[in-house]
Amino acid sequence: RARMTAEVILLDFWPSMYGMRVRVALAEKGIEYESREEDLRNKSALLLKMNPVHKKIPVLIHNGKPVCESLVAVQYIDETWKDKAPLLPSDPYGKAQARFWADFVDKKLYDIGRKFVWEKQGEEGEAAKKEFIDCLKLLEGELGNKPYFGGEIFGYLDIALITFYSWFYAFETFGNFSIEPECPKLIEWCKRCMEKETVSKSLPDPHKIHDFVTQYRKVLGVE
Amino acid sequence: MGEVQLLGAKLSPFTCRVEIALNLKGIKYDFVEEDLQNKSPLLLKYNPVHKKVPVLVHNGKPIAESVVILEYIEETWKDTPILSGDPYERAMARFWVNFIDEKCMLSIWNAFSAKEEPEKAIKEACENLELLENELGGKKFFGGDSLGIVDIVACFLAFWLGIVQEVTGLELLTREKFPKLSGWVDQFLGCRIVKESLPPRELPLGFYRTRFQPKNAST
Repeated sequence: RARMTAEVILLDFWPSMYGMRVRVALAEKGIEYESREEDLRNKSALLLKMNPVHKKIPVLIHNGKPVCESLVAVQYIDETWKDKAPLLPSDPYGKAQARFWADFVDKKLYDIGRKFVWEKQGEEGEAAKKEFIDCLKLLEGELGNKPYFGGEIFGYLDIALITFYSWFYAFETFGNFSIEPECPKLIEWCKRCMEKETVSKSLPDPHKIHDFVTQYRKVLGVE
Repeated sequence: MGEVQLLGAKLSPFTCRVEIALNLKGIKYDFVEEDLQNKSPLLLKYNPVHKKVPVLVHNGKPIAESVVILEYIEETWKDTPILSGDPYERAMARFWVNFIDEKCMLSIWNAFSAKEEPEKAIKEACENLELLENELGGKKFFGGDSLGIVDIVACFLAFWLGIVQEVTGLELLTREKFPKLSGWVDQFLGCRIVKESLPPRELPLGFYRTRFQPKNAST
């Protein structure tokens, strides 16, 4: 049994919203895998060998071959295990929309979000909050009245975004703002996703993320 | 296969990526040159989120972000593929596309424009070029024997970089330091389709002359 799970290995770090994406994708496809937790201050030889360019997690290793970058890995998973749970829509335009918005999530949410948790809140804070909420509102607009971004079925863009949900509590606490009043439909979508076991089992408890942030802020000297 | 319109700016390597892909696949399209200082209502309507070019409009439906557009083109018009059919090779190509877009191009831009610690910026840009040099290895193109998505996304390195180097006097991509990459530049610029898709040299040359001051060779 150990040999079978070793076919797929995920180098991961439990708070990483990028690692979570790959966990969700693997769970959606019902793929068994071995998860290896990395200490990012003391990266393993395997990580450095498998991702020499960025030296970052997540790294999906399939039959010894590494796939780096979370969205690249999610697409790889979708294309390799294609008999179950398609993550991207079948039509090219639907795929393009999913990719466009996943790219938007990557370009915007992380960089703004990190300001709330890793930087002292100053005058820039109000502008960051507004920008963050504006981004979430755009995403809410894209969701519309659909149950998921993928339509009736949970898919690629849902995966790209839902993992940030585990960090919302930390963003709100340290950034001193509240998301739900501004984006109720998006939070509704978040909760709908969390009802799926593939999601709830892949995301850590937001309070644990909050504790992680509290601890690491001390290390960084942000207080 | 329907009406295709491309909103772009000839000056921009991002627009060029899309033109190369369209031309490679023999797709007829209408080009709409956008004045980026004075964006048209059409552009703002088709790309309200980023308000940038290029935007491909196919049968009235817009697609923005050059890499998203390239993947869309690949999936819609199957002739002359720019991505392998194998999932692992596709993942590798997408990885290098990301690398070029998110790390490499930015570091090169910084090397030419950094006011503080220019040496550090130059070093980082060269490290990224080295990674591409190694990835290319003995291949003619990043895509193998023919142009692939990585080559197309890297068009900046083949054409625009040389022009900035000429204007500033700062040489990053030299034949001496990067023989393979330099060979790739020759091959890339030698492709008929690429030649047809590139803007006239004077265009970026004029633009960069207003943006950059020549650097002293000794700095």
